[in-house]
Amino acid sequence: MTIRRLWIGLTVLIFAVLLVVPLLRIVQGAFDEGWGGFSAGISRPEAQHALLMTGIIAVSVTAINTIFGVMLSLYLVRANWLGKRLKAVMNGIVDLPFAVSPVIGGLMIVLLLGPDSAVGALLGRAGVDIVYALPGMILATLFVTFPIVIREVMPVLQEVGSQQEEAAHMMGAYAWTTFWRVTWPLIRWSVVYGVILTVARCLGEFGAVLVVSGNIINKTQTATTLVYQDVENFDLTAANAVALVLASASVLLLLIMEWSKSRREVH
Amino acid sequence: MHVEVRGLHKSFGSFQAVKDVNFSVEKGQLIGLLGPSGGGKTSILRMLAGLETPDSGDIVFHGQRVNELPPQERGIGFVFQNYALFKHMTVSENIAFGLEVKKWNKAKIKERVAHLTELTGLKGFESRYPHQLSGGQRQRVAFARALAPEPQLLLLDEPFAAIDAKIRHELRSWLREMIDRLGITSIFVTHDQDEAIEVADEIMIINKGNLEQKGSPWEIYKDPKTPFVAGFIGESRIVDNVASLRGFGDAAASAGTRGLIRPEYIEIGRREEFTQLLSATEAGRVSHIHFRGSEWLVEVEVGGIKLVTYRSLEKEVLHPGDEVQVLVHRAYLFNDSDSWVMENKLKADQNFVYI
Repeated sequence: MTIRRLWIGLTVLIFAVLLVVPLLRIVQGAFDEGWGGFSAGISRPEAQHALLMTGIIAVSVTAINTIFGVMLSLYLVRANWLGKRLKAVMNGIVDLPFAVSPVIGGLMIVLLLGPDSAVGALLGRAGVDIVYALPGMILATLFVTFPIVIREVMPVLQEVGSQQEEAAHMMGAYAWTTFWRVTWPLIRWSVVYGVILTVARCLGEFGAVLVVSGNIINKTQTATTLVYQDVENFDLTAANAVALVLASASVLLLLIMEWSKSRREVH
Repeated sequence: MHVEVRGLHKSFGSFQAVKDVNFSVEKGQLIGLLGPSGGGKTSILRMLAGLETPDSGDIVFHGQRVNELPPQERGIGFVFQNYALFKHMTVSENIAFGLEVKKWNKAKIKERVAHLTELTGLKGFESRYPHQLSGGQRQRVAFARALAPEPQLLLLDEPFAAIDAKIRHELRSWLREMIDRLGITSIFVTHDQDEAIEVADEIMIINKGNLEQKGSPWEIYKDPKTPFVAGFIGESRIVDNVASLRGFGDAAASAGTRGLIRPEYIEIGRREEFTQLLSATEAGRVSHIHFRGSEWLVEVEVGGIKLVTYRSLEKEVLHPGDEVQVLVHRAYLFNDSDSWVMENKLKADQNFVYI
């Protein structure tokens, strides 16, 4: 009995030390100069710009990864024109971004598309900057978050099987109708789940974006790299203020996710 | 719809699922594809539906080759093994799906759904979801949904496999009656011979991708064309030295001939139970008896040959060890090159005397 209490106590302690205390510390840090300090921290032009960049990246990355993630999941599970072995290899590669450090992911993009690379030089001459600009940051975040939607959707597709879709075909429904009327309602909540995790990951991405963006203030700086720079400059109140905005957004997303999980069990 | 299949082949990797299958189905018939699991029955059905593409061969509906036609255009209703109901739609939404896809107008859809729920006895369940229905009800929804767009051909893949034994029996007669009433050409797959015999106009026996025999249940029972068919339909025992049984001496004429004897080919009883045919019987000894609910299953040994037969509950009860007379009416004989049915010669001779 005492050992069980000890374990419960330890678990609560770790939960508090690792999750609750830092969150409270951020809140305290953001408001240590009162409301004024907090609002000054987030109303700086660089902070506004950084939050906007983070927002743009989150929206575009989530949109792209959701559409292509769902499509790739469908192909990997359903397409019989893809060989079994090829599917297994592709399925393995999907997880690569989870296994590789985001910094390395960012570095790959710099090496492939940076000003010193052939493609990068060509695009640079055409006036399109990839690295040290928004497109590169979006690419880096796309890479890092690529597996999330797929890993949510694929198991559900496998579990429900293809018979309902075949039944729709037999009743005259072609691919598009079948997808929207049969497949989509089945995978809807797992897509929502994947979208939320992707957004949260986009908000928090640091390493890959830092390498690719060059962290140029008011140009390629995101919210996380701004927090990093504020800390470097000992501007802790400002750092905490921006961090609090990010943390609140994430907490809100996770609460929505819990709600969507309970919805998923309805059907 | 008149269906014709010519030279159908299909393999999955190195596995040949269907080998040179040919058959035709007349309009309005109910055909049972019967055979052991993994024998290629479902592959044939799925190729008819257009869900699988044959490697070679023709599928012809109404004299028109439909190999290139996608499933959406074939006008076929398909009832899947596990029904594959849309689980996020209610009963009436499931049934209406095919009609909405075909862009019927709302009033007509409503009328058709009402008609089908009435027909399938699902009235009052229209707004339930599939998970709120029993197995038998789901089966009927699947049936109603497949029929809604007025298909010309109905394909059913193991329609009763997921239903418990008692309701299965009811549903079987219900389905038969329903198909008769609608007059729709139907093909169903089953591994249950009772189901095929009871329901189908014609049975096709499929084994290892081959069509072994096609015919009415009675024809297949009475005159099996291959040893597999003979062994698959009904209960039976294979007897190696069939020529040693009384009345079957002629079987020794061709070497390697074996016999397949069904319980219902055999009569047993005490001496006094046989009157005229006594000379065609031979002595045997009861080795086991089993109560089968409606009859006895008796195992009997005749000169080292083990046979099984049924015995009416109305007759005197036999016990293991009892000496009895055994009459083998006929045997299905086969060797590597041929197979034929042989009647008991002594019995035939006697009949001749009495005429």
